[in-house]
Amino acid sequence: MSDPVLAVDGLSIAFQTRRGPLPAVRDLSFSVGRGEMLAIVGESGCGKSLTALALLGLVPPPGRVTGGTVRLEGRDLLALDEAALRHVRGARISMIFQEPMTALNPVLTVGEQIMEAILEHEPVSRKAARERTLALLERVRIPDPARRFAEYPHRMSGGMRQRVMIAMALAGAPAVLVADEPTTALDVTIQAQILSLIDELRREQGTAVVFITHDLGVVSRYVDRVLVMYAGRKVEERDTRDLFADPFHPYTKGLIAAQPRGLAARPQAGPGPAGVARERLTEIPGTVPALAAMPPGCAFAPRCPLADDRCVRTVPPPRPAGSGLVACHHAGESHAI
Amino acid sequence: MARTDTASLPPTRTDFRDRAVGRLLRRPSALVGLILLAGILAMAAFADVAFPGDPLDMAGSPLLRPGDAAEFPLGTDMMGRDLASGIFHGARVSLLIGGVAALVSLVIGIGIGALSGYYGGRVDRALMRVTELFQTIPPFLFTLALVAILQPSIATITTAIGITSWSGLARLVRAEVLRLRNSELAQASIILGASDARIIFLHILPNALAPVIVSASILVATAILTESSLSFLGLGDPNVVSWGGMVGAGRETIRTDPHVAAIPGVAIVIAVLALNLLGDGLNDVLNGKGERR
Repeated sequence: MSDPVLAVDGLSIAFQTRRGPLPAVRDLSFSVGRGEMLAIVGESGCGKSLTALALLGLVPPPGRVTGGTVRLEGRDLLALDEAALRHVRGARISMIFQEPMTALNPVLTVGEQIMEAILEHEPVSRKAARERTLALLERVRIPDPARRFAEYPHRMSGGMRQRVMIAMALAGAPAVLVADEPTTALDVTIQAQILSLIDELRREQGTAVVFITHDLGVVSRYVDRVLVMYAGRKVEERDTRDLFADPFHPYTKGLIAAQPRGLAARPQAGPGPAGVARERLTEIPGTVPALAAMPPGCAFAPRCPLADDRCVRTVPPPRPAGSGLVACHHAGESHAI
Repeated sequence: MARTDTASLPPTRTDFRDRAVGRLLRRPSALVGLILLAGILAMAAFADVAFPGDPLDMAGSPLLRPGDAAEFPLGTDMMGRDLASGIFHGARVSLLIGGVAALVSLVIGIGIGALSGYYGGRVDRALMRVTELFQTIPPFLFTLALVAILQPSIATITTAIGITSWSGLARLVRAEVLRLRNSELAQASIILGASDARIIFLHILPNALAPVIVSASILVATAILTESSLSFLGLGDPNVVSWGGMVGAGRETIRTDPHVAAIPGVAIVIAVLALNLLGDGLNDVLNGKGERR
């Protein structure tokens, strides 16, 4: 990529405890270009949400960034002070989250809230901000913006509220939008709508999107690249098509195998009650190791069918593989198997 | 409840607008409180029309009982002052002092509570120690001391009551702000780059208002009571008539002519009762307990 909008290099985050720092994110590097959509995928507790917050310079205590840089349009956000960060947040980098109800102010109309988000960053008149708000509501495909402007959040459906959150996040026309599981709280049909909205917006406006999710299947249709995290480290980063066609890391294989496939694609393992094939989903045995009990070698070794002595002793370094990187001692061979 | 889909959601301002006023009016005790309060407000507003002239002037023979003379429906005190005129004009003083003192108290209490809850840490510890200092001094004695030092006048009494009655409110506001500061709403505002002032005034305080409104009505009632007590003890503003002062003046004739002390006493009771009923009603409606009754 020639000139990434957002470049993360060697980012490490640790929780400060009485027994010393517990690393939660280790040596994470990735970059996103203009209009590109990157998914960060991983199980709960793998450090993906922490990474999302770090991208905005907001690591919650007792967490602390212990190394690395987060460059947004060339500026290292981690070196900025709080006042400077405030001008970057919402204006150059923005975020939407899982639960749009609790993130909206119940006593303000959605229009007022979006207007405030505009006025926070730009010295425009209220009239101009109002017009921009109506345009934003239209852009996030909210029907009848003039009427919706005066609605309170509790009168809207979950999907509508998430659209409002997206409008607020886009109010400052940011270069990067971080989406932390924005569809998890929504119905499946609404999920698809919100995802394609984000997809359309990044194509229209060239916004780079970092999409954080635990659900590989949800994002596969929309994102350009996928970064798989496991226990705070990047284990594989590939172009989406390649990753699904031919995953290298055993963990990635496990994640893909754990996805429910379409009914038609399933082998006929025996008819279910409604004549539908029933098949148990493949699961990855075991759980993510606790931060305090991280193995010295590959963190996935205890759950990995391919693990040997080398995996238990040394952390596999990321190496080029196909259209990206993979961090597995057995990547080449396992591929052959 | 009509809209079941919002039943589990926290109450919001529109809900209040849509339904709270209606529900408040359907609550008999709150309705009685509102009517009584409206009556007292009307007395204060029309005092000069109904009883022109200084209520402290001698108007007729002393110690007339209610019904003795047609022009003095509530009788006169030992100085021949019209009690009805005193009640009407006294309503002004009581409401003025009650309202302004509550306002002073609200400004200090909300200010300190918001700063303390929002910034936490050292700011919180410092402000809460100050608050505790105020809480340890009995408020009435504190007010009494302040008024005695400052010389009694409407301004000093109001200020003194305001200064001594904000501590409970500050703790209440602090707790609410602390809760909302860690909410996703505040987090989302920070992420979108909102300034501290905007987060506090736009996102936190409006959502913390319900318990504040309730305690404001009680603050007014307490302030009226405190002013009456001060006046009863002779520390009221000597240039205006006040209910507490009238009770104090009637004290000397309480065995022969109890109505002189009793009538302003009843006025105080009604005013405080009205505000408490209203406060209870608001509490039920705004804090959402009313629906399950």
